[in-house]
Parts: sequence; C-alpha cells; structure tokens
Amino acid sequence: MARNNECIAMLLAGGQGSRLGILTHQTAKPAVPFGGKYRIIDFPLSNCVNSGIYTVGVLTQYQPLELNDYIGNGEPWDLDRTSGGVHVLSPYQQIEGTDWYKGTANSIYQNIHFIDKYNPEYVVVLSGDHIYKMDYDKMLQFHKDQGAAATIAMREVEWKEASRFGLMIVNDDGTISEFEEKPAHPRSNKASMGIYVFTWAKLREYLIADEANPESSNDFGKDVIPAMHEAGEKMVAYQFDGYWRDVGTIESLWEANMDILSPTSGINLNDPNWTIFAKSANAAPQFISTEAKVTDSMVTEGCEVEGTVDHSVLFPNSIVEEGATVSYSIVMPGAVVKKGAVIEYSIVAENAVIDCGAHVGASPEDTDEDAWGVTVIGNDVTIGEKSIVPANVQVAENVKEGTTYESK
Amino acid sequence: MRANDVLGIIHAQMYDANVIQLTSIRTMASVPFGCRYRFIDFPLSSMVNAGMTSVGIVTKDNYQSLMDHVGSGKPWDLARKREGMFLLPPYNNSLASPGTRDSRIDSLMSNLDFLNHARQEYVIMTDANAVYNIDFDDLFDQHDATGADITVVYKHGKTPKLGNAMVLTMDEDKRVTDIAISGDVEDEVDYSFNIFLMRKSLLEYLIKNAAAHNQHSFSRDLLQPNVNNLKIVGYEATGFAEIIDSVQTYYKVSMELLDREKRNALFAKEAPISTKISDNVPTIYGTDSEVDNSLLADGCEIEGTVENSLLFRGVVVERGAVVKNSILMQGTVVHANAQLDSVITDKDVTITAGRTLSGDPSYPIYFAKGIVV
Repeated sequence: MARNNECIAMLLAGGQGSRLGILTHQTAKPAVPFGGKYRIIDFPLSNCVNSGIYTVGVLTQYQPLELNDYIGNGEPWDLDRTSGGVHVLSPYQQIEGTDWYKGTANSIYQNIHFIDKYNPEYVVVLSGDHIYKMDYDKMLQFHKDQGAAATIAMREVEWKEASRFGLMIVNDDGTISEFEEKPAHPRSNKASMGIYVFTWAKLREYLIADEANPESSNDFGKDVIPAMHEAGEKMVAYQFDGYWRDVGTIESLWEANMDILSPTSGINLNDPNWTIFAKSANAAPQFISTEAKVTDSMVTEGCEVEGTVDHSVLFPNSIVEEGATVSYSIVMPGAVVKKGAVIEYSIVAENAVIDCGAHVGASPEDTDEDAWGVTVIGNDVTIGEKSIVPANVQVAENVKEGTTYESK
Repeated sequence: MRANDVLGIIHAQMYDANVIQLTSIRTMASVPFGCRYRFIDFPLSSMVNAGMTSVGIVTKDNYQSLMDHVGSGKPWDLARKREGMFLLPPYNNSLASPGTRDSRIDSLMSNLDFLNHARQEYVIMTDANAVYNIDFDDLFDQHDATGADITVVYKHGKTPKLGNAMVLTMDEDKRVTDIAISGDVEDEVDYSFNIFLMRKSLLEYLIKNAAAHNQHSFSRDLLQPNVNNLKIVGYEATGFAEIIDSVQTYYKVSMELLDREKRNALFAKEAPISTKISDNVPTIYGTDSEVDNSLLADGCEIEGTVENSLLFRGVVVERGAVVKNSILMQGTVVHANAQLDSVITDKDVTITAGRTLSGDPSYPIYFAKGIVV
C-alpha cells in the first residue's frame, strides 16, 4: 500500500474530445455521462481511491464548468481530504504571462509547484477518457521493482487494429526497446494505454528540458517519452489484461455502454471490491409500469418506464412513455421519450425530448452497410412529433414535427 | 418567522412498539421505507426544504442503525460548522434518568441544555413514525398569521391506532376547542399528526412545569389541560402524510407509492426527499426479466418476475422466481423458481430455490433480518 503522498496522480482532462461531436459542445469529455449513473472521469478517480492514491490533480481547460461542478470538493470519491484530495487545475496567469496548456506535458509542467507541494516519489499520469478498472498500486509496485524511470501500461491489441495505436517493442525483461506511433506496418501489437508511472525526480527534469525546447509540441507520447528513451532512461511496459476501452469516439462510447450490459464483456460494475464511485442523483426509486417491458438493460433512480426497453442504458430521471420503444440505445439524464416514439442504436443526450411517434436512429440491418452509425441527439434538443432521424447523424438543433432530418 | 429561526426536534423512537417486528433491531426513525429511504428522511427533508438549519434527533437505545444512516447529516446539507444535525443519545442528569424516554416530556427534559443553548426562537417537534412531505414554510406562515401559541398538524380521517391518538375539535378559525384522547374511533375525525410548533420558551416552560408535577404525557398532561389557556391552532396536512401504526399500515402505505399521483406527492420535484448516498450500480434487468407495476432501487439484479412490489437496494431475483405484492428490503436474495406473494423481507433475507411463501395483502408475512428460508 502506498504511503500517504508517496504517489500522486495527475489526470489529463484538458482536451475538447472533438471526436465525441455534439456530446462535448458544452462539456469536457471526462464529464460525459457513462453507464447509467456515472461520468467517464468516475473510472480513473475511483481507480485512484481504490488504489490508495488520495491526491489527484485534474488538468482541465475546455468547458470546465460542468466538470468543476461535478467534481466539487471530491466528496463522492472520498477525496475531500485535509491533506491532498482532488484539485481541479486550470491554466492561470503568471508574472511571465498567461498560457493555455499547450500539450499534455506542458499541462503537468505548468503545475510542477502543485506536485512539489506534496513532494511525491512517484507520479501517475492518467487520461480522462478511458473505461477500465485497474489497481495502480500494482503498477507502481512493478515500477519500483524494475527500478524504472517510467512505466507505461500496455495491452495487446488485435494485429489488424494495431496501426491505430502508439506501439511498443518490448524486450523479454519488460524493458521497452522501441516506440512506434501509429505505424502503417506494425512490428508489435503491444499498445500504450496512456497510463504512466514516473519517478517524479526524473519526470521533473525532462518536463523542464521539454519546455525549454522550442521545437517540442509538449506532448507526453510525442515528446517526453521519446526524449527519456533516447537519453537511455529505463522504460518498462506493464501489461494489463483487464477490460479497457478508449471512449473517445461516439461509436466507442456507445460500444462501451453496450459492454456493461454484457456479462461476458469483462467489465463488471457490480464489484464490491472495486466500487466505482459517482456523484449520485437524489431521485425516487425507478418505476416500471404494467405495460412496460425491460430486458437486458440498466435502469436507475428517477426513471419511469412504461414502454419497451431492450439492450439499453437509462440514466437518472429519464422517462420512456407508453408504447415507446428504446433498443440498443443510451438515454442520458432527464431525457424524455414520448408515447409511441422509437429509438434505436442512438445516444439521446441530457434533457432531450423525443416527441410522440418520432423515430430516431436505425439498426444496421435496416441501413446500407456504409451508411450505418450511431445517431446522437444533443442536449436539450426536441425531435418533433412523427419526425424521422436516420442512422449515423448528430442532431444539435430542434427538428420540426413531421419532418425527416437531413444532415447538413 | 424565518425558517432558520426554528429548531427541529425529531423523536426517533416514539411508538416503536407499534411495529415491533421492524423495530426490534433499530429505531423507528431508521425503519427502511420506499425502496431507498428510512422514516427519518421524511421529517429531515421537510425541515431542510423549508430552510431550517438546526435539527436535534432524540434517541433512547438501539440507535446504531440510525447513526449509520444519518452520518454527519451531509445528505440533508446538515453537516455544518454552525448548527446542523445533532444526535441526542440518552443523557443522565438530575432531572431525568436514562431509560425513561418513553414520553416526549421525559426525553425533552433530559435535553434541556440542548434546547436552552439553541439560538432559535421557535421549535418544531415531530415523531419519526410517519411518511410525509409537508410544506413547513407554509405552516410557519400560518402560525404567524393566526398568532397561535401552539400550531398542531392534523389530518382528517380514521385515527391511527396509536393508543393515545388525539382527536381535535376546532372552531371555524381552526382554533382547537377540545382534545379527546382515545384509541379507537370508527368515524372520520380530525386527528393530531403529532407535529407541534411553538415558541421555544413556551415549550421549555411547559415541560419544566410538567416535570415538576411528575407528569409524563405530552398530550394528556401538557396539551389537554391547556386548551383554554393557550391558543392551539390546527394546520391541515394535505398531500402525502401517513402515520404508520402497524406492519399492516406499513405495507398498505408502501403499496400506495405504486400510484403515480401519490408517489409524485411524496417525492415532489420541488421538495425532494433526501437520503443517505450509496454507491450501488444501476439495476440490471436480464433477458427473461418481467417487471410489472413495481418500484425498484439501484443495485438490483432481476432475472425473474416481479409484480406489484417494492424492491430495496441490491435485491436479487433469480431466473424463474416470482415475486408478487411484496416488499423486499436491502440485500434480499430470491433464488431460482421461488415464489413469494404478500411478504415483507427485512434486510439480507435469503429465500432458497423453489420455496413458495405467501401471506395475504391484508396480513403480509414478515421475515426478520438475515433469515434464510
């Protein structure tokens, strides 16, 4: 078990997450709802707490309001601490001028004094857009045993997908001999998961050097890790075989939500030894009416279901009225699916209203193969009565009743 | 009056004996209700929703579950540097000995210091044997407007079987002109809901006076003789307000939550009922799940059939099991092909595979905490 502040975590939550489209127009990616009652950031935060890391800096600069509001004083994760706890770190003015975070490495560089305040031996650097349960303490132990300067969590991916990842060529002793960033012809299928453990004294040195280099893009993967490798620091790979998904795209976010409905996917949220904590809504128990049919789904507090829900995830206070059908979809907090509406293979964002008889999304069977994709209805959007929204579109504005939505 | 000028006193253990099955291991205030709540949530939430900032909870014994539930008072925003929530366990002083808290007078007597130190000018006092969402702010306004010495909340209907229910006679201005204390009245009457608002100084005077005369009954010794001396005014509880006087009533009132209108009256959007936070996952409905007209908390796993029932957190209903007209408290596990009708299971009850158990809606069977059937 880690000593108090032997290790602290820095969580990179700064990016816009533009590949999540309209879901991140008003909110930072880590604050996007996931899994019925969670937000993406609950996973790394809960992993920290469950791993015995009680000091976490959350680096953010894009649409921080909702994320700030969500994290609050950290109480839902037991991170409201007298010493340490969770801190949201935004860019700030300094004597030398004001800078946005230029890259992931720069965001940590700008908060060196925050880390120094806790004087840790080790720093864990995490991403805010992954769904997984991982004991960072085991990885830290591995880092210590290896005497490494940097340990990078790694998993083996399908060879045909390998070229989408940052890959590592790993020696038998676990040390990394080479890095390849998204190569056309991969020589390895060991992909970096974007989870790092650094010996702080070493990382500190390289962050300062990186900042002084005008050529650098100040990114961990592109600049700092290669620089450490070139300088001959000991870099090791830590293999992780559990469930892990990058939910940086609409499709992967949808798939990961479907994964939690599958008992065989490997992500079990109902694990008393590894609770995922969240800021819970205070809502009445869920009501399932006589007319309702709910199968292979997750439903949470405040929901009222009178229609049919299959292979779907309903968030707090969402409503599915009589005769409505929701299948293979995600219905976020406060959204309403009115009488007779049909939602298939879609993500309906917070407080959206799907009016009576509207039809949103389509199944892959009913769509041309290359035209299929998950449909997204944005926050607060109303889809009018009997309107049709096809597969693979993102709707950010209200759709008038009786019309068929066409993407611009 | 400003709501933060009213001190709340909740008697956690009045009428425990009425639902002895449910209170043998806990206080009345910590009896689970409505899938995810406990009785104390209703007075606490009504008080906080009105804007009150200081609440004392008077207990006698068995209060471990109550302490566990209320914690620091955080879920009700009552974990405060100044004021907030105070748990008042038994305290021995020269005026009242421990173990004599069966009456409101005795328990207040042993907490005179708490009353005395509170800066609030008014006190609102309630028991924890009721399920309600009452607009206390409106009650405070009426108290001001009528110039009452004491405002008592009442309800119209058949009296609860408390043994000492107060039947009120009121004039056209709602001033109480007579109090009759009687156990059973068959007609519909105006009966006291046992929520009282008055100046703190008046309450202190009345209980000291009662104690000095060796009087112990709040209704018989303190209110009844003062009907003419004090201006006692009634305030009608509208909306959802039910006193739980027996396990049968507990069952009946629980089932009323299946009615949307009643549910919306209790769990009003603008005046939410708060409770202890738990970190359960959402409820999982399996491929064969068949749920009709039921309320469920988070953390359940449903593979079987559930009809007209209330399921608390973490209840498991396995494949082929059928649960009808029942209330299953936290952690109840119903194994495959078991059949339940009209039962109440306390926490962590296990029903083994294939069992058939049934009571009647008018007399549900109760299974105590932890039992394996």
